[in-house]
Amino acid sequence: MIEIDGLTKRYGDKTAVDGLSFVVEPGVVTGFLGPNGAGKSTTMRMIAGLDRPDSGTVRVNGKHYPHAPAPMAELGILLDARSVHPGLSARNNLLALARTAGIGRRRVDEVIELAGLAEVAGTRAGGFSLGMGQRLGVAAALLGQPQTVVLDEPVNGLDPDGVRWIRLLLKSLAAEGRTVLVSSHLMSEMAQTATQLVVLGRGKLITEASVEDFTAHATGTGVLVRTPEPVRLGQLLAAPGITVMNDGTDLLRVSGTTAEQIGAAAWRAHLPLYELTPTHASLEEAFMQVTKDSTEYHAGATR
Amino acid sequence: MSAITRPGLAPTQGAPAPAPMTPAPTTVAGRVTLARVVRAEWTKLRALRSTRWCTLVAVVLIVGVGALVAGSGAVYHVSPGNSAAAGISGALLGVLIAQLVLGVVAVLAFSGEYGTGMIRATLAAVPARLPVLWAKLIVLAGLVLPVSMVCAFVDFFAATAIESSRGGSAISLTDPGVLRTVAGSSLYLTVVVIIALALGALLRKTAAGLSVFAAVFFVIPIVVGTLPHSITGWTPYLPSNAGGALWGQSATSAQALSPWTGFAVLCGYAVVLTALAAWQLRRRDA
Repeated sequence: MIEIDGLTKRYGDKTAVDGLSFVVEPGVVTGFLGPNGAGKSTTMRMIAGLDRPDSGTVRVNGKHYPHAPAPMAELGILLDARSVHPGLSARNNLLALARTAGIGRRRVDEVIELAGLAEVAGTRAGGFSLGMGQRLGVAAALLGQPQTVVLDEPVNGLDPDGVRWIRLLLKSLAAEGRTVLVSSHLMSEMAQTATQLVVLGRGKLITEASVEDFTAHATGTGVLVRTPEPVRLGQLLAAPGITVMNDGTDLLRVSGTTAEQIGAAAWRAHLPLYELTPTHASLEEAFMQVTKDSTEYHAGATR
Repeated sequence: MSAITRPGLAPTQGAPAPAPMTPAPTTVAGRVTLARVVRAEWTKLRALRSTRWCTLVAVVLIVGVGALVAGSGAVYHVSPGNSAAAGISGALLGVLIAQLVLGVVAVLAFSGEYGTGMIRATLAAVPARLPVLWAKLIVLAGLVLPVSMVCAFVDFFAATAIESSRGGSAISLTDPGVLRTVAGSSLYLTVVVIIALALGALLRKTAAGLSVFAAVFFVIPIVVGTLPHSITGWTPYLPSNAGGALWGQSATSAQALSPWTGFAVLCGYAVVLTALAAWQLRRRDA
């Protein structure tokens, strides 16, 4: 479990993380989302005790991580920036970390095998591709079989096989009762892997929700209705909490109610329906809506 | 039910646990102890190519320069103006060059980790941080002290054998100051390496660490040598001169500190810099 309370971090006059509070529960995969510069990596660095918060606290499995007697049993972390020595082989990079916690060579070989690095374990990590480096970083995070695993952009640079590996790995870690916090910009991947979400924007918490709830509240989730009587149907459906949008054609976009209720209402009023389709916003659409005001770096408009 | 092995994790035992409220996943990680961090640092230091090459070069320099000095130039005769210790000190000149090579290894111990980003993995694994500094110090001193001690004595025996075969004075370890000079060169080198380690930890950048190290031990002593005597009263307290007093390599021999006082001053620099490095390591973001 990760408990973050009132966390604030400033670099000079820029506030990277601003009064952030959330909890990451064990047993599920929690996705950590936010535009570039939202403060995800900074938060992860503070979880691992690498950066000192200006105020607020972080607790990992109920403890202050820097004081944990057996840190590698508590937390395994993959940071976005590379943290391996290019002059050391993959095996020696892992072995050096393993030694600090009395972890033996057998476990090192085990994670090498698990990460698919067996063939390159003896070669210097400096020559690794981005994907290989990611695999090595994930292997390092898993070394101590930690109760909590934090991975920043683990699928970055991975081939499809590697992406699938990460997805299954995260789910199996969560199934074992471990706490899993993972960030990614690949929304489709996140939608398949995570069940809970923590969304940041400009260093602040935007929302903390299940993936289901998060997408349910996004526009785009609703019912698409085609009828020759769009105006009458629109008036019929109008009620608090229900929005009906009509662009002048025979199409209505209705949100706040179900296809069943619309169908039944239309039938009672003898209004013909040609189409009645429930639609779901993708995680990506939901994310874009929620973060559009807090995006630090907008892509320039094309002229 | 048979045990199921999930990738990379310990086999789950027997039947599935009944909806655990507080799951206690298995782990293989133990407590962090200084001994374990020392083993970890030794794993890194030993595996790096730079360590092997620099150590080899240092060994060749210490022994080779000694043999070269003894085998060339005028034969050394011990006399009231030329002590036995001074003769041996000359044969140990290679230590002055070896300190630069081993200084590189020591600066890199930290700056190499900051430069590559490995420091983040290291400090995440040892979040108490200070054991990393102590372990690097122990490992480096544990490498440099025995290696340089052996080299200094090999150099002594080789150089004296060459000298006496060329008709010079036979110098023995029991002559006044000779043992101190031979062993002192190795003690000096070890403390210098600790200073280089602290500089690497403080400055974090290899270029900055090496520049400051080279400036303190090579450039400043030479520059100071060209200054008028009236303003050089403090030069015996330069790290190189203070430490050099222990083994007859103080550039300001006229006003040099006594051997052990000088060595204590050198150790003082090492203690202060290491304390600063420790303070900063604890406080600054990695």
